Amino acid sequence: MGFYLAQFLTGLASASSLFLVASGLSIIFGVTRIVNFAHGSFFMLGAYLAYTFVNILPHGVLGFWGAIIVASLLVGVIGVFLEITLFRRIYKAPELFQLVATFGVVLVIQDLALWIWGAEDLFGPRAPGLGGAVRILGEPIPQYDLLLIVLGPAVLLAVWLLFNKTRWGTLVRAATQDREMVSALGVNQSWLFTSVFFVGSTLAGLGGAIQLPREAANLLMDLNVIGEAFVVVVIGGMGSVPGAFLASVLIGELNAFGILIFPEITLVLAFLVMAVVLVVRPWGLLGKPDAVLRGADGPPEQPLKPFTATSKYLVWALAAALLATPAIADEFVLVLLSDILIFTLFAVSLHFIMGPGGLVSFGHAAYFGLGAYGAALAVKYLGVDMISGLVVAPIAAGLGALVFGWFCVRLSGVYLAMLTLAAAQITWSVAFQWQDVTGGDDGILGIWPAEWASEKMAYYYLTLALVGASVYVIRRIVYAPFGYALRAGRDSQLRVEAIGINLKSQQWMAFVITGIFAGIAGGLYVYSKGSIFPDELHIARSVDGLIMVLLGGIQSLIGPIVGAVSFTMLEDLVTRLDYWRIIFGGVILFIVVIAPEGLAGFARKILPESLTGKKNEGVQI
Amino acid sequence: MSLLDVTNLCKSFGGVRAVNDVNFSLEKGEMLALIGPNGAGKTTCFNMLNGQLKADRGSVSFQGQELLGMNPRDIWRLGIGRTFQITATFASMTVRENVQMALISHHRKVFSLWNRATNSYAQEANSLLQQVGMEHQADRACGVLAYGDLKRLELAIALAHGPQLLLMDEPTAGMAPQERITLMELVASIAKSSNVSVLFTEHDMDVVFAHSDRLMVLNRGEIIATGTADEIRSNEVVKEVYLGGGSTFDTGEKEKTSA
Repeated sequence: MGFYLAQFLTGLASASSLFLVASGLSIIFGVTRIVNFAHGSFFMLGAYLAYTFVNILPHGVLGFWGAIIVASLLVGVIGVFLEITLFRRIYKAPELFQLVATFGVVLVIQDLALWIWGAEDLFGPRAPGLGGAVRILGEPIPQYDLLLIVLGPAVLLAVWLLFNKTRWGTLVRAATQDREMVSALGVNQSWLFTSVFFVGSTLAGLGGAIQLPREAANLLMDLNVIGEAFVVVVIGGMGSVPGAFLASVLIGELNAFGILIFPEITLVLAFLVMAVVLVVRPWGLLGKPDAVLRGADGPPEQPLKPFTATSKYLVWALAAALLATPAIADEFVLVLLSDILIFTLFAVSLHFIMGPGGLVSFGHAAYFGLGAYGAALAVKYLGVDMISGLVVAPIAAGLGALVFGWFCVRLSGVYLAMLTLAAAQITWSVAFQWQDVTGGDDGILGIWPAEWASEKMAYYYLTLALVGASVYVIRRIVYAPFGYALRAGRDSQLRVEAIGINLKSQQWMAFVITGIFAGIAGGLYVYSKGSIFPDELHIARSVDGLIMVLLGGIQSLIGPIVGAVSFTMLEDLVTRLDYWRIIFGGVILFIVVIAPEGLAGFARKILPESLTGKKNEGVQI
Repeated sequence: MSLLDVTNLCKSFGGVRAVNDVNFSLEKGEMLALIGPNGAGKTTCFNMLNGQLKADRGSVSFQGQELLGMNPRDIWRLGIGRTFQITATFASMTVRENVQMALISHHRKVFSLWNRATNSYAQEANSLLQQVGMEHQADRACGVLAYGDLKRLELAIALAHGPQLLLMDEPTAGMAPQERITLMELVASIAKSSNVSVLFTEHDMDVVFAHSDRLMVLNRGEIIATGTADEIRSNEVVKEVYLGGGSTFDTGEKEKTSA
């Protein structure tokens, strides 16, 4: 009995720190509608800054808590700085831009933290006077855990009072419902948003700072916590602080008891619960349907144009150049080119669901990984040859997309994006934790191409043929009635249903198609590297895809190709440097702020009509 | 049997009876207007007919087929076209492609993965656009159209599958006075020439009196009068509902004479 109580209290304690992070994320989302990946970085900064201040300030009770408070407030100030310099510029940008921009911030902060605090884990001191344990029903409970258990509800109460009993809180709640109306009433929106960012990031900083006595400050904290925080916010209902509390307790307890009952699938558990909650209650436990949001979209996308004669020549010229490359290039260049081709297909397949489909997928790595693992497992357990492996890859990914897509098309907007993320995390957790089958962290090795394709040049041609054919087929589908119906559903859901189109089945099938092509990319990838690791399924891989699509421009079909090429080359260039993340993040932020229509969109503006086929019929907004 | 028979249609929101025991029928080729002050239940009534909203009770029968409980896309397949109060079109397509989309769906080709959509049913789309006078703008992006043109485009989309009934929710909302009359004349002439029935809601009394064969007046969820334009104009109860003395109607008449 005592053991279960102890387990229960541990669950509550971790729920509290999770709640601090998640409530901040939820508050920021509720008002600004920004899905802030960098929130995890605020958490990490909280922990690091607390470590620094604990060492600077005099030791003792006052020094310790002083350090925690100073660290949290400083994180709040950093949040304000970012809001003023960056986020303020992208409030009206499409969700995807905001997301990728916040991911750019994650990269920059990671490298800054590495530069300031180094790569070593930093252990903080125990809280003075709370280092011991209390015996409850014979089980030792750390005193610090008891403090955390009280802290969670206390913060909930404070936030509730702030939002419901102050003028500021009333304005924030009004802005959550209809921010245009609030600004029409003469409220200075900018400062309202800035102050919300301050509160949200201070809470994240506090969450990180109080974590110091339990967990060493380290550079992986940011992405580790953000996944769980997203889950909590989505389960609770985006923008709902009480919902975030409820969900934190749910997830905290689930982790505490899940580890006893299903130790193999602890990582999946939270995401499974989220998927179930979203299917039953599409807006989370205490969330409400999406608030009014006007004028958030850019100008409408231009109608699709077929290739002009000049562009056709260019395509053939490019094809000829790619065919001729092995004659002059060495193996190193061919490997890089193969990589570029594979990621081009990955990006084009992602663009298919995001551009024409209008469905933002945060978890595209799932299908890439399912393809790769599908082929690798088929080789490992069935000993199939390469051709069969490359057939298994799209089938495995397509089946995965069939299952995940069925759940996902029931939702829309941010919730849909979160469910795709959950789907990807579930696949990742399975690959990572189901060690007996997938090899876990050690991955699967020795997946080499068949004899005839083992030369780098032969494999390059194989990749070129498959990627070229796939991209061509995707383009045909976009221009075919199916692609048009998908675009139609994105433009006006009301109208497609009123002309007899079942949008959900249309979108479901789009998921399967995008999954199949991402699976082909995954299959090609595993044979080119000879191995596969769970990393290829991780959030970072999904975000790579998003960045490629954004980099190229979402409104253009050439966009994802341009994006994948420049991304892969840039990555190849900068990852050899020590502080590549900061360069990479900087490039992302530069593009989001300076060229939000992406490289291809930017080019379309300056290229002649013979290439783009555009007419001079500007859209005035 | 009429084309459309509505019997005992009811819908409550909380304690409010938005539509209370509505009965009417619509003949083939008839233009029937549903009018009433704001909040009378017109849109609620409409949304139940087209499957957007679940009814509490009653029956809506289209050529003997019960519509209640069907979803919008299946109702469309029976031969019922719709236009919306705020136009719903596909902004990222050209005008012609908008109509082609409806034709593609009508021919059940939405899962076709290979042929070019722009080459599908282009002739049919052109002639539909010609019907509404939009053929010269067929290649323009829908996103840049003026609002009146969007309304005409929406009409072409609604006519694409050769419907027997058009449901038009405030077809002239948001348009300039002259445009309103032109649009409704267009609708009326199409209805006459292709023998399509039209059920529409409208606030502009000029439009209503000029182009409906019959009118129904809805107030607080109940039909308080049915009849021809003249009958409705002289109906005392209706005058009472429209703010005593039928000022709305008079204004309309005055404008017409002064114009």
